[in-house]
Amino acid sequence: MSQHSSSRRRAARFLTVAAAAAAGLLALSSCSADASGGGDTSLGFTQAEQVADSPITVWVDASREPAVTAFQEAYPDIEIAFETYDGSAGGSGSFQSKIALMDQAGEGWPDVVFSTQQNDAIWASKQTTSGEQGFAAPLNKGFLDEEFLDGFAEGSLDYTTIDGTVYGLRNDLAQTVFFSNQRLLDEFGYEAPTTWEEYAELGDKLAAEHPGYILGSLGDSFMTYVYYGGSESPVFQSPEQGVFHSDTSDANAEKISKILDGMLANGTLVQDSFFSADFASKYADKLVGVPGPVWYTGAIFQGGLATPAGEISVSAPLKWEGGDVAAGNVGGGVWYASSHSKNLEAVETFLEFVTSAEEFQVDASSGYPAYTEAAEKWLDKQAEASYFVNDDFKTVMSDAAGQVWSGWNVTSWSPESAWAKIVIPGIAEGETIESLLPAWQEELENEATVNGYSVE
Amino acid sequence: MNAGQLRYGYVFVSGYTLLLLAFGLLPTLYALYLSFTRNGAFVGVDNFARVFADYRFLPAVLHVALYVLFWLVSLIVFVVLLAVIVHGIRVRWLGNAARFLFYVPGAIAGASSVLLWLFVLDPSVSPVSGLLHAMGYESLVNVVAVGNLPVVFTVIAFWAGAGSWIVIMYGALNNIPVEVMEAARIDGAGPVQTAWHIQLPMLKKWISYMGVMSLAAGTQLFVEPKILAQATKNVVPEDYSLNQLAYLYAFRQNDFSGSAAISVVLLVVALGLSAIFIFRGKLFERD
Repeated sequence: MSQHSSSRRRAARFLTVAAAAAAGLLALSSCSADASGGGDTSLGFTQAEQVADSPITVWVDASREPAVTAFQEAYPDIEIAFETYDGSAGGSGSFQSKIALMDQAGEGWPDVVFSTQQNDAIWASKQTTSGEQGFAAPLNKGFLDEEFLDGFAEGSLDYTTIDGTVYGLRNDLAQTVFFSNQRLLDEFGYEAPTTWEEYAELGDKLAAEHPGYILGSLGDSFMTYVYYGGSESPVFQSPEQGVFHSDTSDANAEKISKILDGMLANGTLVQDSFFSADFASKYADKLVGVPGPVWYTGAIFQGGLATPAGEISVSAPLKWEGGDVAAGNVGGGVWYASSHSKNLEAVETFLEFVTSAEEFQVDASSGYPAYTEAAEKWLDKQAEASYFVNDDFKTVMSDAAGQVWSGWNVTSWSPESAWAKIVIPGIAEGETIESLLPAWQEELENEATVNGYSVE
Repeated sequence: MNAGQLRYGYVFVSGYTLLLLAFGLLPTLYALYLSFTRNGAFVGVDNFARVFADYRFLPAVLHVALYVLFWLVSLIVFVVLLAVIVHGIRVRWLGNAARFLFYVPGAIAGASSVLLWLFVLDPSVSPVSGLLHAMGYESLVNVVAVGNLPVVFTVIAFWAGAGSWIVIMYGALNNIPVEVMEAARIDGAGPVQTAWHIQLPMLKKWISYMGVMSLAAGTQLFVEPKILAQATKNVVPEDYSLNQLAYLYAFRQNDFSGSAAISVVLLVVALGLSAIFIFRGKLFERD
């Protein structure tokens, strides 16, 4: 008898569980919500119904967490939740993948997203295949003040401007310059190079006279911008929308590849990532000079390597002998606002704060602010700390900002993945970059085709 | 079985059936629908043609095939071998300890076990960096070179998954009647002969079962390469496996139809291969 009733109880319990599961399924299937409500189109996109004081969600990468913290301190009344993700670093595309999922679900979008890549506006401005409006909200159609937008450095919003509409705000500029360790240069009796040819010669001398010292690393996929964008190699071009062009057999691409191969062979270029666990312990006092974006200042020298003030000098980006100065552009993150946000007012406050307020851009950000006023204060801060040896570092950096080579473009996918797939493992196996050039171009062109570009 | 028990039987399977319908059958049907349509219009095999022509498709097929081959072979050989050995251990505590040890890694869920392996595989932080250096690997990039990946993934999957199969095989070995084993011993069979002529044939069904389950999991290789791709910033390509490619189609190219086509291909292949295991292993036959 007792056994009978207990089995009945068990069955009842089971039924309850099954019913709960079924209810859960129903709830799941009914959450294909409609995103209607609101409908105001005065800002250049269809607004969601605004809910005053509703919390906003922000996605940032780890380096941008201080931006959120600073904002929380400055605006304790605005409720903000943040999630850390990889910032699409290395062209991982996680920003796009996550948004695609939310577009499919029709809900769940974050309000503000930071991306380390420059190409997200291309997909984020487009309507989705299911007819949903693009994720990124147009910013210069009445949403943000014209006056505020004018405060950004000239050309810094170009990557995120499509047909005159601005979709994202640049966090920092990323023009390349040449950093040298003046202490080491003086000790060895060397001059900082001004051309790629001199860079290679310095490599030969250094390898012969002071082996173990280095002039950079090829371990990160963004080196494609430093060395190929910076050397005016037409590797990644999109002359017009939907068209892709790459020529790794171009004279500049060949020349820079040979230089890099030589420096890999003599050991002055290494293959450890700047951000690997033991880069600092291996090379902190071995790095004699390196071409790189201005954000190396905070992210590499003051950060990872902890180089003390008064050692590093900054000179103009390397050029070809007899050629004009051309800088590469290595990132420079972008902030996007969601066109689906329910609290655009808070989003506006947040965007203006993180791009222009001193509390983040000057005090806590490692890079060179894209917002001019903040950039000046950032430069002043470095000058006050006498971080750089040369007093003219301000002009060097701001000049380089205007010298970024226009022959390197953004497309809907990142140039970093092809470099990571072909070149990084290739040189790790001991192959030369020169021998990898055709495979690299093929991979780039394949990627272009897959992404709907025509290759010319 | 009386009518009452039968009724409870239905109750017991109902939860599973509901979940199977919702998360197994319906998505499969939806994928089938998607794979033959584009934006709602029937397009025949267009989606399949597009996917097959993709330059990433064939390499992904080869990668997965190689991995599944390595993994299934190592699983079948080593799991059975280890189970027989553990079963043969006469010292009670030693046998228990061995089973427990084999099982422990399985308790670490998929993604986190890959993270753990990231540290093991990176010569700059690995506890076995000496071994990696001795094998000629200087950096993580060397270790996870595309050619090494099938072995790397096999090792990770074996480490995480073999333990539970060893325990299952152990249970199956316990089910072999004592009389049969005793008869073998009286006839003069040693441990190797017993294993080969008695235990292996009687484990056949279980081995097939393991094959089917592992095959299904193996063709869906995703978490391991996905995490390695992220950790190495795409040095392990983000399009290494078929499921990764399906993921890229859906969430990078916004092409859910192409993604569904890849999934359907995977389903057909996995079903076909499973059929071999099922019929060769006589999995559906009653004793």
